[in-house]
Amino acid sequence: MRPLMRLGTGRIGGSGLIVVRDLDKKYVRGDEEIHVLQGLNLEIEKGDYVAFMGPSGSGKTTLLNLLGGLDVPSKGSITVAGDEITHLSGKKLTEWRARHVGFIFQMYNLIPVLSAFRNVELPLLLTSLSGAERKNHVDTALALVGLEDRKDHFPRQLSGGQQQRVAIARAIVADPTFLLCDEPTGDLDRKSADDILSLIDALVRDHHKTVLMVTHDPRAAERAQVTLHLEKGVLVENVEARA
Amino acid sequence: MKFLPLIWANLLRKKVRTSLTIGSFAVALFLFGILAATRSAFGQFEESAGVDRLVVTNKVSLIQPLPIAYRDKIARVPGVTGVTYFHWFGGVYKDEKNFFAQFAIDPENQLKIYNEFSVPDDQWQAFLGERTACIAGRKLAERFGWKIGDTIPIKGTAYQGDWQFHLVGFYKGKRAQDDETQFWFRADYLDEKAEAWAKGRAGWYALKIASLDDAIRVQKAIDGQFANSAFETRTQTEQAMAASFAKQMGNIEFLILSVGSVVFFTLLLVTGNTMAIAVRERTGEIAVLKALGYGDSFLLTFVLFESTLIAMIGAGLGLVLAKILTLSGDPTGGMLPIFYLSPQALTAGLGLGLLVGLVSGALPAYSAMRLRVVDALRRL
Repeated sequence: MRPLMRLGTGRIGGSGLIVVRDLDKKYVRGDEEIHVLQGLNLEIEKGDYVAFMGPSGSGKTTLLNLLGGLDVPSKGSITVAGDEITHLSGKKLTEWRARHVGFIFQMYNLIPVLSAFRNVELPLLLTSLSGAERKNHVDTALALVGLEDRKDHFPRQLSGGQQQRVAIARAIVADPTFLLCDEPTGDLDRKSADDILSLIDALVRDHHKTVLMVTHDPRAAERAQVTLHLEKGVLVENVEARA
Repeated sequence: MKFLPLIWANLLRKKVRTSLTIGSFAVALFLFGILAATRSAFGQFEESAGVDRLVVTNKVSLIQPLPIAYRDKIARVPGVTGVTYFHWFGGVYKDEKNFFAQFAIDPENQLKIYNEFSVPDDQWQAFLGERTACIAGRKLAERFGWKIGDTIPIKGTAYQGDWQFHLVGFYKGKRAQDDETQFWFRADYLDEKAEAWAKGRAGWYALKIASLDDAIRVQKAIDGQFANSAFETRTQTEQAMAASFAKQMGNIEFLILSVGSVVFFTLLLVTGNTMAIAVRERTGEIAVLKALGYGDSFLLTFVLFESTLIAMIGAGLGLVLAKILTLSGDPTGGMLPIFYLSPQALTAGLGLGLLVGLVSGALPAYSAMRLRVVDALRRL
């Protein structure tokens, strides 16, 4: 068993792909301050597959949002591949997100009026790739998720599992630094969920993707190399690591 | 261009709603086009009036004649380079609904003073050579299917009797605003056949002056010359006369502005509401686009482009329909002889469409830009 990561409330080295230091996130509602994350430290290496578990309100999704540059912390820092993202302006953060993060959502969140091909192509429209190059990338991504024959189908013409495959193809098509999965199997039946998890496994195993996944599903978490537990905004030290 | 499928897919998302919004723009801009053509028609005299021409009418009223003897006296006023005269005939061709303007003209000077009109030489020579000859404007001849050689029967009203004219030619205007619906015949024929009260008279005089700077002096000289006579005159520029003539028909400009403003604000509300609904429905999708790396300014532009595209398609459609209608000419049977949609009006219409598209899309676009991804994703 290799040491997948270091975590806790103390200082850590900072040589990983993703380094989180003293991360706090709080919301203010009226006179009340709600601390969603407190003093979180975490280091994730390239190629790691990490699952975050915890009860509702423990801060899992907030952590995912912060790691994905969708939200900014109240305190602390997040460094990805040497770039600290916590102080980036909105525009820079958006550009950073396009380059480094692939999102996979629970509800797939495909654009219903676009075909599978056009949905997968969306991240590439922000690049300088030519039409032919974009087509090549999209075809490859769809082939990787086993949907090359469904590329002209619209989301309503696909099953839940197929839609999530399209969403995965969209997440990987621009070859981001890491993937963030928010309950990727939460809306799927067991069979489809297993298929999706196997696909994510393959992305980590065969394509060396770094995957961070929030899940309530212990069977999904079992697939990860390591499962981290969050409680009341704090990472607890019961790391479950698997070879 | 690479974003076109995304824009197009959004436009086709709710086909009925998009069609109705485009339709409302088309109707509004069609209305705008017709109003603009109507305004242009009412302002035709002013638009086609020569800047270097003065008009001399009876001081009492335009319909009161002046002695024909005034022609030479006016011609001798320093600064006047040419004079011609007209009679308004006001006859009926077959049926009263076939209204068109008929003028008895001075064949010697007509084309010298009104050089924006042209008649082929052989046709003009035929006109000069035959007392009962007549010349029709190109559009007038098209309207009734007249050919050279036709006999045009006109029943007199002010000038009693049945009048027969021999059509020997057609005139054309050199500019779009030139009236090609007039009917000209020779004033000497009118003088010969008219009753005694109408002989030796001119309806009004039109004259050219050497210099515009001289207009006021020439006006004063002419009116001074005939002051305290039985036929006092009123001399003014042709444009001033045309403007006062248009004013007699009502404040068309005010009407157009009022209707246009109502249409504009109604459209603004309708499209603003439609765009707001369209953006609200897509909150989740906009959040996803933001998560994928689409920036605030992109989404602002994206929504604005969408609303503007709807507006411009509708505006274009409406204006094309209006143009087609105006190409078929005067819809009133002669009351609005110059009924056309000018390039300026078309440009103004497209500008109006663009403005409404931008303004109506501004608030929804701003909302899309300001949308917090985290909040929107939480609601999904």
